[in-house]
Amino acid sequence: MARIFGCTKTTFTLANHPYTYLPPGLRNFLTEVGHIAAFAGNFFRHVFYPPFEFRELLHQCYEVGNRSFVLVSLTGFIMGLVLSLQIRPTMIEFGAVSYMPSMIGIAIVREIGPVLTALICAGKIGSGMGAELGSMRVTEQIDAMEVSGTNPFKFLVVTRILATTLMLPLLVLMSDTISLAGSFLVEHFKGEVSFTLYFTEVFNSLAFSDLVPATTKSFFFGFVIALVGCYKGYTSDQGTAGVGRAANTAVVIASILVFLVDFWAVLVADIFYDL
Amino acid sequence: MNTLNDPVATASSAPPVAVGAPLIHIRGVHKSFGDNHVLKGFDMDLFPQENLVIIGKSGSGKSVLIKCLVGLEYPDEGVVEILGKNLLKLSQIELDELRTEVGFLFQGSALYDSMTVRENLQFPLRRHPNRILPEGEETMILRTLESVGLAHTVNMKPSELSGGMKRRIALARTLILQPKIILYDEPTSGLDPITAKEIIQLILRIQAEQQTASIIITHDLDCARVIANRVIILVEGINYAEGTYQQLTSNRDPKVQAFFK
Ligand SMILES: Nc1ncnc2c1ncn2[C@@H]1O[C@H](COP(=O)(O)OP(=O)(O)OP(=O)(O)O)[C@@H](O)[C@H]1O
Ligand SMILES: [Mg+2]
Repeated sequence: MARIFGCTKTTFTLANHPYTYLPPGLRNFLTEVGHIAAFAGNFFRHVFYPPFEFRELLHQCYEVGNRSFVLVSLTGFIMGLVLSLQIRPTMIEFGAVSYMPSMIGIAIVREIGPVLTALICAGKIGSGMGAELGSMRVTEQIDAMEVSGTNPFKFLVVTRILATTLMLPLLVLMSDTISLAGSFLVEHFKGEVSFTLYFTEVFNSLAFSDLVPATTKSFFFGFVIALVGCYKGYTSDQGTAGVGRAANTAVVIASILVFLVDFWAVLVADIFYDL
Repeated sequence: MNTLNDPVATASSAPPVAVGAPLIHIRGVHKSFGDNHVLKGFDMDLFPQENLVIIGKSGSGKSVLIKCLVGLEYPDEGVVEILGKNLLKLSQIELDELRTEVGFLFQGSALYDSMTVRENLQFPLRRHPNRILPEGEETMILRTLESVGLAHTVNMKPSELSGGMKRRIALARTLILQPKIILYDEPTSGLDPITAKEIIQLILRIQAEQQTASIIITHDLDCARVIANRVIILVEGINYAEGTYQQLTSNRDPKVQAFFK
């Protein structure tokens, strides 16, 4: 418990606090939320102070990109393809098939690209971090780092969260591009739309107000995915069973948080850009 | 390696060294986990160049005790002084500096398994560049690996090594910062008797060469007999009995005798 705060010296108790009279389920939930918030606070406390682990940050960026690159491309491509195939007949029915590129473009850039990529990364990166840090905790590798005079929070957690936060928008951009390519293939072979026409239509329909919120929320997706994965792994105990549980709950919580962030992002974007 | 039974090669044949100010000085250390009172007023001193063995039953709090010496656990009560500094009052930077003087060999080796052996040894060096000798990082790594007899594993991953090899690499990783004190948490557990003897010889050799002081936690009485200048028996959270190995074997107390039966 005390380790979450990265400072083993602080301990505090909540005996006799009104908080202890809450139903246990709610109490556990609130405790968990509190711990994750403290963990995030600790991240911000460490991220601005030297020593900075640049090498490890680069290494983690590479890991994040490399681990999810193929999966994100594949799912993005199929999503673009399938979306076009499914929507096309309805659009033909309404005589609005010429709107296909703009519609698919907006759907992918605003919503499907970021959320799909985030969910894939929650499954791939979030669980990976949970399992990796969890097993490092259980086999005392994190303690070993600490006794060798290195701050393991900084080396392991800060670099991972930062790397995922920076890499996710890039993955989203890549996924968007590949999805649009998939959708273009459908339009090209079914509707004989040329490459130039298709992408001119797509870019004409997209505005700055589409890209900014989508990219901004991708940063937050990356942050919550790595935050939850690292939190679960870094604080896992109870042996190897705990490692499995850490990986599993990391995915579940990160996926839910992705949707919550998405919801808030839409509300906020609505205020600023009057969608 | 068959020098193990040769009295000249064993440290216990030497008189206990209790000279100079203690490197580690702990008094009245209490530590509980919830209702589980693990340590209940433990006292101990470690003197320069001494090999102090701590024996105790499984779960008696031996690992907790030595974790308190490097700030991995904090005692609820008591005094912990390492190299004259009060561990409980150090800033994070001072603590990290002090930690380079105290090597810790974990019960399960705790090698970083995403890194090669070279990177495992590089890790502490890169973080404490002031500890890199003029001979250079690479030479230091190879020399330290050689001193544990495993120079050929330098490019391997920990998963490719046996348990005994991992233990020795972990020892090399500890040694590379040239600590003044080394804490061994069950260095021979889970190893076959021959490998265990090799590890014991290695510990003795390192102690002789580098003049370090060590605390060795063990279940292995052979190990205790060969290594110890002094033995502390940890029972019920306190230092129940203390003395040389020979003194303790002739101690009539039933709880002490239970260890030597
Ligand atoms: N982080 C912790 N949280 C709760 N209890 C703990 C923790 N660490 C140790 N304990 C408890 O402290 C007691 C002593 O544990 P410790 O690991 O020190 O035993 P040990 O003497 O090293 O045993 P072994 O010889 O098996 O390694 C055990 O009862 C253990 O359950
Ligand atoms: Mg132990």
